Amino acid sequence: MSDPSTGSGTTTGSATDAVARRSRWRWLRRLWQLSTGRFGIIVVLVVLATAVTAGLWTPFDPQQVEISNRWAAPGWPHLLGTDGSGRDILSLIMAGARTTVFVAIGAGVVATVIGIALAALGALTARWMRESVAVFVDILIAFPVLIIAMMISAVWGGSLAVVIWSVGIGFGVNIARVTRPELRRVLHSDFVLAGRASGLTPLQNLMRHLLPNVAPVFIVQLSWAMAVAVLAEAGLSYLGFGAPVTEPSWGLLLAELQQYITIHPLSVVWPGLAITITVLGLNLLGDALRDATDPTLSRGRDRLHPPRGAIRHVPEVVA
Amino acid sequence: MIRYTLTRLALLLLGLIVASVLIFLTLRVLPGDIAQLIAGVNSSPGQAAAIRERLGLDRPLPLQYLDWIGGVLRGDLGRSLLTGSSVTGQLAEKAQVTVPLGLMSLTIAVLFSVPLGVLSAMRRGRADGTAMSVGAQTLAAVPVVWAGMMLVVVFAVWLGWLPAQGFPRAGWQDPGAAFRALLLPALTIGIVEGAMLLRFVRSATLQAVGQDYVRTAAAKGLTRDRALIRHGLPVVGLSVITVLGLQVAGIIVGAVVIEQLFSLPGIGRMLVDDVSARDLPKVQGELLALTGFVLIVGFLVDLVHRVIDPRQREAT
Repeated sequence: MSDPSTGSGTTTGSATDAVARRSRWRWLRRLWQLSTGRFGIIVVLVVLATAVTAGLWTPFDPQQVEISNRWAAPGWPHLLGTDGSGRDILSLIMAGARTTVFVAIGAGVVATVIGIALAALGALTARWMRESVAVFVDILIAFPVLIIAMMISAVWGGSLAVVIWSVGIGFGVNIARVTRPELRRVLHSDFVLAGRASGLTPLQNLMRHLLPNVAPVFIVQLSWAMAVAVLAEAGLSYLGFGAPVTEPSWGLLLAELQQYITIHPLSVVWPGLAITITVLGLNLLGDALRDATDPTLSRGRDRLHPPRGAIRHVPEVVA
Repeated sequence: MIRYTLTRLALLLLGLIVASVLIFLTLRVLPGDIAQLIAGVNSSPGQAAAIRERLGLDRPLPLQYLDWIGGVLRGDLGRSLLTGSSVTGQLAEKAQVTVPLGLMSLTIAVLFSVPLGVLSAMRRGRADGTAMSVGAQTLAAVPVVWAGMMLVVVFAVWLGWLPAQGFPRAGWQDPGAAFRALLLPALTIGIVEGAMLLRFVRSATLQAVGQDYVRTAAAKGLTRDRALIRHGLPVVGLSVITVLGLQVAGIIVGAVVIEQLFSLPGIGRMLVDDVSARDLPKVQGELLALTGFVLIVGFLVDLVHRVIDPRQREAT
């Protein structure tokens, strides 16, 4: 992004632009070169494609009850078999992917807004404000996502919005904690000072220089937040605080199939696999993003010397 | 050390206050008129007023908060709206299931993750080390409920070794049966939590490999693995302690889901039931107890870490 307010520096600006653009591409290439990154990208794309497809077409109507065809074994035409009311399990899982994607994106957006707002408040304001925000964030981090979800459910009852808000709040605080020191670090770098000197307002400076520079750290967190969101959707829907029974959801499917687990143990495998693969994909994508965007990390060295901050903050299990 | 303890204690108190205010605001203030909610839409104004008076809802909010906190300090977490029973008493009763479950889960998690984590770091780059690492990565992505179901299928349905659900009516008076009832649930939580811990132990060990003191010891003639075990592992152990606080939070969360799956009469299942029944005063007490517990464990973990880590002791 060239900076119009620094008229005399256009040439330098465009040169930096070219470098920035190239490094932006290298970042993606490196991501694809990592086997974890490749796996993550493929899983995310497959889940997205499934969700989009399920909006238009599923092999069977996922909610169509067909009592005569209960517990069909996997085969043709029901590839993964049917459930206790004759619904096609593959279609249910495909439709459930839509719910999962919806919740993951929703939680991601909420976490982003909360995370950036808290990080900015904690990094860019007056000292007393900064420090109280930091303490507040440290305290909120002790609240597990599930506890936040229970608190919201007790008041408004369960819904997908509960999942989105609880993961968004819970992980937004996490994002704030990781992004805040990054913002502080970038704040003292030359280009931010230059931006300030050239007359950018704090908000312009934030959007133009600060946020793009903390983006890598932040995107990594976002990927992990979405993994937590998928687990939380499954867990909360299982407990009855997530998706309403009319909505297709992997967690609800688990809860339903659990009742027949002693008679039909295999059918419960499929929704669980769907959740595990999706979460694994998002987790690995986050790991790979961290490795691919960390400029201090040269490949080959990282096995012996994980870079600072490589020990990932272990998120609480939610589901 | 004393200064550190006092600062950390102040932070704990602040945390408890913030947590209690947040819980109070969410469960008492946000719902609007709780009394009306409880009495139902078709109730007479008198009924709602009676409930309001019984719960002290007619008093100013700060007073209501202080009333509640005053009770909590005397060990009274409030009363259930539906049954009138004491929340403290209920928690103590259900803790007989949840506390052993949590301790068993933690033990299983630590027992399997620490050795395997160190081993997978030492065997890095080789087939078995990679397999362990991939396995942990995968297990950490498994939803706890599903892990539980799979264990039920194997150990209860196919092998028939352990009960699939339930807790003996006699409770701990029948220790064998009680222990067997908790084994599968604890294994479930322990494995999933342990997978996260394993990944942490692995990175901590890898970090220790690169430290100067390990390299020095290796240079002085120890094999690299022996140098790591002798000089690196104590440091790994210390960093494991720092994440135990997080693990405890994870286990509580796991217990909420797993007690439901195995229908165990513990705190987690009670919380789920109370949230479903919208027993707000009871939920308020339970959530404060749980978050308070997590905060206090975090405080103790930090103190212990400070005491046993010589590097930190010198820093003060």
